[in-house]
Amino acid sequence: MSAATPTTTEGTQPARKPLSRRQAVAIVFFCTLLGAAGQIMIKIGAVSLGRSTSPLAMVTNPTLFTGYVLYGLMTALFVVALRDEELSILFPIIALTYVWVTALSVMLFGESFNVVKAIGLSTIVIGVGVLGRDPKK
Amino acid sequence: MSATPVSSMALVLGASFVGSFGAVFLKSGAGRLHFSLRRLVLNYRLAVGVGLFLFSSYFFVLGVRQGELSVLYPMVSLSYVWTLLWSRLFFREPVTRNKFLGLLLILIGIAFLGLGTR
Repeated sequence: MSAATPTTTEGTQPARKPLSRRQAVAIVFFCTLLGAAGQIMIKIGAVSLGRSTSPLAMVTNPTLFTGYVLYGLMTALFVVALRDEELSILFPIIALTYVWVTALSVMLFGESFNVVKAIGLSTIVIGVGVLGRDPKK
Repeated sequence: MSATPVSSMALVLGASFVGSFGAVFLKSGAGRLHFSLRRLVLNYRLAVGVGLFLFSSYFFVLGVRQGELSVLYPMVSLSYVWTLLWSRLFFREPVTRNKFLGLLLILIGIAFLGLGTR
């Protein structure tokens, strides 16, 4: 995976103070909360579609739309954090989103939680963490 | 019937497959970036990449209409596995030990999630 590439739409900018590592991590942590909230709204919106498979119904569904807006916001914020901090440090944090989504699904939708699911979830979170780690460090 | 239908899992896993090609087009488009808005808009690879992401989200939404989000959402992580495959295939990126290990763990995790739904 390539390192952070500068965003293209912001070619010329006045000099700015780079984010500290702590700030970048805090932003990405906030990204995981945004992503989880977006995902929950996408689920609620999707359920409200019922049996419809029409793309038009999807685009005009306010809950679904808001979910994707949150998702877009998360992506934009992640790019902001990536400008000043390495991907190998920030990327594994994103895996936290899986934990929030699972917790919220159990709390809000009454989904089941059991040992097998917990093993699956933690294995994926560790896997994403290992995948994003820089082997040179 | 299981709490998460197999059709839902198939739709979400299929979405991860389509979406991973979005990343391939974004990557190949990003390699040809020029710092001019006109050429950015005319960069069809970027447009195809974004289009594929939108197309994949159509299948994702269809998939999560039924079934448990706590099972279906983490299954999207299969896209990392596809992406690693395409990175090797199309961009000749090396598969490091960490990448291989991470990929393996993700696959095992997805299998457990599939078994854990009831």
